[in-house]
Amino acid sequence: MNERGMVIVGAGECGTRAAFALREEGFAGPITLIGAERHLPYERPPLSKAALAPEPEGMKAIAEAERFAAADIRLLLQTQVVAIDRKAKSVELGDGSRLPYEKLLLATGARPRGLPLAEGSGHCVYLRTHDDAEAIAKRLRPEARIVIIGGGFIGLELAAAARKRGGAVTVLEALPRLLARAVPEEIAAVMTAAHRQNGVDIRCGVSLASFGDEGRGVRVSLQDGAEIAADLCIIGIGAIPNTELAERAGLAVVNGIRVDERLATADPSILAAGDCCSFPLEVYGGRRVRLEAWRNANDQGSLAARNMLSRGEAHAAVPWFWSDQYDLTLQVAGLVDEGKHTVRRDAGEGAFILFHLAADGRLVAASGIGPGNTVARDIRLAEMLIARRAAPPPEKLAAAETKLKSLLAA
Amino acid sequence: MAEWIEACAADDIDEEDVIRFDHAGRTFAIYRSPDDEYFATDGLCTHEKVHLADGLVMDDVIECPKHNGRFNYKTGQALRAPVCVNLKTYPVKVEAGKVLIQLD
Ligand SMILES: Cc1cc2nc3c(=O)[nH]c(=O)nc-3n(C[C@H](O)[C@H](O)[C@H](O)COP(=O)(O)OP(=O)(O)OC[C@H]3O[C@@H](n4cnc5c(N)ncnc54)[C@H](O)[C@@H]3O)c2cc1C
Ligand code: FES
Repeated sequence: MNERGMVIVGAGECGTRAAFALREEGFAGPITLIGAERHLPYERPPLSKAALAPEPEGMKAIAEAERFAAADIRLLLQTQVVAIDRKAKSVELGDGSRLPYEKLLLATGARPRGLPLAEGSGHCVYLRTHDDAEAIAKRLRPEARIVIIGGGFIGLELAAAARKRGGAVTVLEALPRLLARAVPEEIAAVMTAAHRQNGVDIRCGVSLASFGDEGRGVRVSLQDGAEIAADLCIIGIGAIPNTELAERAGLAVVNGIRVDERLATADPSILAAGDCCSFPLEVYGGRRVRLEAWRNANDQGSLAARNMLSRGEAHAAVPWFWSDQYDLTLQVAGLVDEGKHTVRRDAGEGAFILFHLAADGRLVAASGIGPGNTVARDIRLAEMLIARRAAPPPEKLAAAETKLKSLLAA
Repeated sequence: MAEWIEACAADDIDEEDVIRFDHAGRTFAIYRSPDDEYFATDGLCTHEKVHLADGLVMDDVIECPKHNGRFNYKTGQALRAPVCVNLKTYPVKVEAGKVLIQLD
């Protein structure tokens, strides 16, 4: 049982993908995937979407138990890794036992950023895990008054879910507009309008003053004197990477566990991937970023597996994420803040795509919003153009009759 | 009974592209490959029920528009996470400029 093998800490999207990828890449030795949660690894994106629907969908497992067995992946659930002994090349588990590793992957993910003001309230909750989602689902009653702190993706998906269940929803955002960090204003405006149309009370530019439990709910007071009474307050103000384990082992942490383009830490036997790591993005000349996105967790899981097998492959993917709210889907490829100019392309049904170009004309990002999957194909093609560092003529990008696929061939 | 159904005209689909075809309460995706052959699969992704016809065809791969899961549309094989369940495929023939698919 204690033969040295591949050990993965964190049985989320990234760690699970890495475990399967190790087998797909032909590794025949022992693979151990260790996760603190009690459930089989599951998908997180539905937690703020389908899991909270009026008729909620159950947990979406990434893989059923049989697939773990078939791939001979040893899964240790409800198990915390408490320390790394780099000299002995072993990890220590919560029960004091030790597990030796040949290569170690840290895929510890992130956790919600806490709001100190709300500490002590019994009606303020966060969303990261299946258990969190279940607890929230129980309290999203049609008559419930819900306050959401934070107008980012999680907060807004929660707002949409709560409205679908009939609750009265208020969103409080500190910045002057919603989604300020991740998407351009034009796209945020479409989302904001959708929320207002659906009856969400959106208040931007607010400063929180205090939280006080009152009867069966909580009263949120703002600096300007306004007060909002709610049955439930959900806080979605960002996430912080789970880096403590790495830090205690003396590994560098810079907004995430610091890795190179091959996802290796300074210790060649230890890699890190997914939401917990910061890495250089090759498409932007090595700009160091930490992403909190589902596809990145998957891609980096696969890449980490290959590099645990010493393939020496560099990360080359373009960041990509989506968000679903009401019947709208938003997708973004690349990092919008890399752009200097914007070109708009209309895609019908109110859908549109913004192409973000660098000063030298290179396409560096694309963001789109529309009903259903109206923008998906073009965002995907834009992502391929970004990866190729293409500088397509702006007038062609803008013209709906130009097929983006034809620009790819150019 | 195996029945041949007319799905579309052969030139309704661009090369290396896909269209949606609905029939009798079911939905299918009809593909034209870069080497000008035609294929048919179930229309919805096996991950979440999303129309694959909104996705991107690259060689013999269809990529789902929602989370970029991939299938080989010639064989139905699931190729990339998050999809792990294969896609059902249907026999196709082209006659007199029409694409026909055989349903079970
Ligand atoms: C509600 C919600 C909705 C989302 N929606 C979207 C979306 O629409 N689109 C999108 O692109 N992305 C979305 N995301 C982001 C996406 O889910 C994450 O990027 C992804 O889950 C990251 O995967 P990961 O494996 O790096 O981390 P995680 O999924 O967080 O997994 C890390 C795991 O490691 C475990 N762990 C940590 N430390 C230890 C330890 N010491 N010992 C043992 N186990 C440990 C944790 O318990 C956790 O289970 C969403 C996230 C959430 C929370
Ligand atoms: S719906 Fe197709 S990959 Fe998720």
